[in-house]
Amino acid sequence: MMDSKTVVLQKIRNALPAQRERREPEYAAIQRKYLQAGEHDSAHRLALFEQRLRDYDAGLHRCGSSTIAETIAGVLRERQKKSLLVAAEIPVKWLPQNLTFVHNDALTYAEIDHSEGVLTGCATAIASTGTIVLRHSNEAGGRALTLIPDYHLCIVHAEKVVETVPEGLRQMASFAAAAITMISGPSATSDIEMTRIKGVHGPRTLDVILVI
Amino acid sequence: MTVRVGEAAQAPDFPSASHELLQNAQLRRNVRRATEVIRAKRNRVVAETPDWEELREAARQIKDHTLRHLDFYLEQFEENCSRAGGQVHWAQDADEANRIIVEILQERGHKEVIKVKTMTSDEIGLNAALEGEAITPYETDLADLIVQLGNDRPSHIVVPALHRNRNEIRQLFMEKMGLKELGDRPEDLTAAARAYLRDKFLRVEAAISGANFAVAETGSVCVVESEGNGRMCLSLPKLLITLVGIEKIIPHFTDLEVFLQLLPRSATGERMNPYNSIWTGFSASDGPQEFHVVLLDNGRTNVLADADAESAGRAAGTAAAVMSAGVTSAKDTLDCIRCGACLNVCPVYRQTGGHAYGSVYAGPIGAILTPQLQSMQHSQSLPYASSLCGACYEVCPVKINIPEILIHLRSKIVEQGAAPLSERWEMNAAAFTLARSNRLAVAQKFARVAQWPFERDGFLHNLPGPFRAWLQSRDLPALPKESFREWWAKTKRGPGK
Ligand code: SF4
Repeated sequence: MMDSKTVVLQKIRNALPAQRERREPEYAAIQRKYLQAGEHDSAHRLALFEQRLRDYDAGLHRCGSSTIAETIAGVLRERQKKSLLVAAEIPVKWLPQNLTFVHNDALTYAEIDHSEGVLTGCATAIASTGTIVLRHSNEAGGRALTLIPDYHLCIVHAEKVVETVPEGLRQMASFAAAAITMISGPSATSDIEMTRIKGVHGPRTLDVILVI
Repeated sequence: MTVRVGEAAQAPDFPSASHELLQNAQLRRNVRRATEVIRAKRNRVVAETPDWEELREAARQIKDHTLRHLDFYLEQFEENCSRAGGQVHWAQDADEANRIIVEILQERGHKEVIKVKTMTSDEIGLNAALEGEAITPYETDLADLIVQLGNDRPSHIVVPALHRNRNEIRQLFMEKMGLKELGDRPEDLTAAARAYLRDKFLRVEAAISGANFAVAETGSVCVVESEGNGRMCLSLPKLLITLVGIEKIIPHFTDLEVFLQLLPRSATGERMNPYNSIWTGFSASDGPQEFHVVLLDNGRTNVLADADAESAGRAAGTAAAVMSAGVTSAKDTLDCIRCGACLNVCPVYRQTGGHAYGSVYAGPIGAILTPQLQSMQHSQSLPYASSLCGACYEVCPVKINIPEILIHLRSKIVEQGAAPLSERWEMNAAAFTLARSNRLAVAQKFARVAQWPFERDGFLHNLPGPFRAWLQSRDLPALPKESFREWWAKTKRGPGK
């Protein structure tokens, strides 16, 4: 008896014409007349990114690269948080004194569940859709880290922000082997009478610090 | 090998099923309201996308190309997924896929499994198969949870519980979750679901997901979702099994740039879903430590093999020429990315709701997919569950010409001589559409398309669908002599009963 793989592939080959175009040139001939690169300058691009994030009710802050630590401290003071989990690749110089930052790969889900929130960086961001792209487990930490806590503070460097989805995907292709999470707003559902409810299972609050 | 599409083979035909549902005013109100909300959101975010048509065209060409080299891309996916530590299984039909999944779970002693929205698992009847082996599946998508707790059936491919309103859901949750009090605001109901599922996410060690896209070039899998239940299932358990229809393959990673723009806008009217997860095999330091992919045929190769429409439409020519010419073929059905947009605009779906289609796949896509998966041996009434108004084709993000495929399938059914047609019902459907629709021009276009295989000597013979019964008693002049609209006006409510 043939195995199922052989059978399925055989059925596919029987279904397709005996003479086929060569694959690569045919793929290359696909028309891609959609917008590839962005059209805005960087100020406009960042403004668009911020506007999209605001649409999602994300908290927004800007700072320079020398004031990251104090900006983080300010945001956490406002949110009344004293301790956050952090991804391994977050530079120590970003972390303000007098607050606790825990990096520990061995935390159980229950321990993560009891945390006040998580601080991560991001690999790239897409302005037109307000998307933050997390690369695990690099600057974004393990997948559970940005999922179980109810609060996520994300540091986004301005030079990581691209304008269009195609530009974003090209960035992502350079780390396609990593697990990737694209976040565009807090979790939401419209399953009950199409009323949009924010905050189902992921973090209900997202703050973004844009480092210019 | 037996192809099974949910319970479709046993379901009553569309005319009888819809008759009952047409009497259910509450259900129709729920469906109408929900589809109106999604349509409005979808139209807004599509209107702000200047390159929408170019994206649709690229998507169609990518899908067309992939199907033409599906054998290559499937093997490439298997190779790359395996290299990254995934284990790939192939299933010819529903039973084989169920058996593979049950065995993986049993061998590792799992008694419970969390699931993230997968229509494909409904197609193969996975939950029943799991329960039959004393494995408890927990649906985690809010709508699926509502359907599961209510012992109900999904009625929409994106919002499966759209036929239920808040009061019905509140009753259901109180009863099944053992709650003494519960508000009826959607916030309250969502919070109840969050609390109910939280423990399962943190505790259950096996998960089953579907896939929106599987990338041949990298072996990656992509799941888009809104609630975060997907991320929970994909990230937290030790074992992950992903069920993938063989048509979900795309060639290159960057092809996602097209589909990730089209799908969320078409499905939920968002610029991007809140969460997209993309992963490749497994990583020793993070996420599930064991990852299986089940590649499912279950009739998809039957759809691929239907070359009739193609040979009728596609004169000899190079593939590239065919690709840009955009000629319809029934196998375009496999291009579908399950966005649900065609359901939301379909006047027949909006009147009857999803259950009348007797299949997990409802609406226009269900009307062409369900019978084809089953080699046109079951669900033959479904290709008639349409007034051919063309709205589905207009919104479809991958440009599937559903009306033309419907007509092609109708002609096949007529050829088989096995048409359980209910002409009277069909005329009613046509009547309500045409009376209310502002798409008469489109209807007219497809009426012309519809007739071409049946025209001889300027007269129509053996016309499929609504026109067949009364053609037997009279010869109808071919339509070009008289536009559909004129003809309709002249015959008032049509020549039916
Ligand atoms: S047929 Fe087109 S519109 Fe309908 S669900 Fe599939 S992709 Fe969406």
